[in-house]
Amino acid sequence: MAWDWQVFCEDTLERTPVQGCFGKGGDITYLDWLLSAWGWTMSVSLLALLLALLLGTLVGTLRTLPDSPKLVKLGNAWVELFRNIPLLVQIFLWYHVIPTMIPALQAVPGFVLVVLALGFFTSARIAEQVRSGIETLPRGQRYAAMAMGFTTFQSYRYVLLPAAFRIIIPPLTSETMSIFKNSSVAFAVSVAELTMFAMQAQEETSRGIEVYLAVTGLYVVSAFAINRIMAVIEKRARIPGLTMVAGSGGH
Amino acid sequence: MKKHLLALAITALAATAVVAQTGDTLAKIKSSGSVTLGVRESSGLGYTLGNGKYVGFHTEMGERVLMDIQKQLGLVKLEVKYQPITSQNRIPLVTNGTVDIECGSTTNNAARQKDVSFAITTYVEEVRVAVKANSGIQSIKDLNGKSVAVTTGTTSVQHIRKHERAGGIDFREVMGKDHADSFLLLETGRADAFVMDASILAANISKSKNPADFRIVGEVISVEPIACMLRKDDTAFKKAVDDSIKRQIADGSLAKLYDKWFMQPVPPTNTKIGLPLSEATKAAWANPNDKPLEDYAKK
Repeated sequence: MAWDWQVFCEDTLERTPVQGCFGKGGDITYLDWLLSAWGWTMSVSLLALLLALLLGTLVGTLRTLPDSPKLVKLGNAWVELFRNIPLLVQIFLWYHVIPTMIPALQAVPGFVLVVLALGFFTSARIAEQVRSGIETLPRGQRYAAMAMGFTTFQSYRYVLLPAAFRIIIPPLTSETMSIFKNSSVAFAVSVAELTMFAMQAQEETSRGIEVYLAVTGLYVVSAFAINRIMAVIEKRARIPGLTMVAGSGGH
Repeated sequence: MKKHLLALAITALAATAVVAQTGDTLAKIKSSGSVTLGVRESSGLGYTLGNGKYVGFHTEMGERVLMDIQKQLGLVKLEVKYQPITSQNRIPLVTNGTVDIECGSTTNNAARQKDVSFAITTYVEEVRVAVKANSGIQSIKDLNGKSVAVTTGTTSVQHIRKHERAGGIDFREVMGKDHADSFLLLETGRADAFVMDASILAANISKSKNPADFRIVGEVISVEPIACMLRKDDTAFKKAVDDSIKRQIADGSLAKLYDKWFMQPVPPTNTKIGLPLSEATKAAWANPNDKPLEDYAKK
């Protein structure tokens, strides 16, 4: 079949080719629209990732606290709640169900709700990884921190978390990449992101293959960029010999 | 080894392409004794009752067309397989041979005619605006500054965009992922209006909790010829389908079918949709044709 990449240079009203491929004076081309859709995907993903990392670290840490069974239970409840409901269902709950109970949420745009839903969902998964990272550390690390006279906060801040995070970077990388792919559910609540662009543009232009290839390319580029950033972080943060210590843990 | 695999894949791809292109659908139906009808799951012209049962005006008309074709081919038994389709996958499924004839709510337009053929127009859809009865919105002009729900993957999005530009009005598009979702946006107040085919609006309103809360208002935004979709360049099959539809128009059975699905109580809830036959549809039946959308706009 013949490919027609020219379709991205057409404006979205009359489908006439535009010189230079970028629309002028209020008109937009499919390329403009594609890039704006990419912007929405990136915004949803990055904000949700930020939220997920902060909450995930907090909840994951709570779940390993030694003398606070209530906080541990709260952390467990958080993880099980958000991990056990399918993401798409969570989005619908946030968008359609919860606003009928709390009318103030009616005015909140879909974008914010999607960031919250995706952020909470991913935070449960990151919390689980943070917990496993902390629990992988030899018990002696915690005791050593206590012996140094550190408070609980200090022992987490200076001893446990820095080591735990280095261990969980690989699964964390997968998680950050998934968030880009999961962001496509934002389409279900009218955020004009890449998946919605793909569905609408392929219908309008009948050039589905070109449209989906371009969108796939952008998803790959976004996820792979995050992958490379995480690889750099992993390399820079590595402490020679640390993995050895962690590997022989549990003595 | 890799090269071999690649070559194999390419040959396989080429082979399927050839099969799809030379598709003589009548011969295929005759030799296999079965035919696949593409149907909609939630649209005004065709929907599902669950359990693999598909009904609706266009679905039933498609079944009658296939019965006529069975007679024409002299088959004792013709197995009709139902394949639910969506706005996104209907054209690929018809071109690749999964679906032999699609009778849902597909607009016949010039862009689609590059990939598929259409039978004669059986229904002319009017794109209208549905609003809440107490919203005070009377026409498209009143939508200025409001949010408008449209369904992703439909032509309505383009119409409304053109209207927005031409009329100098400014509104926010909210895209629902399917018609039920778009209607939910209107129902929950996230959108002030829902712009879609009148039959879909009427069906959604009739099925809602409180149909009196909604009204279809304003001018007709565009008219769209709706027709069954067939594979491109299969003249024998197209003629068989067209002849059957012309027969149904001539002996009045199509009008009765319309009455059954739009003016009488219909399953699953036994409510009336109450959408009388429009002048545009009557005109299309009086002069059977397969003109695309663009020819209607010129008038």
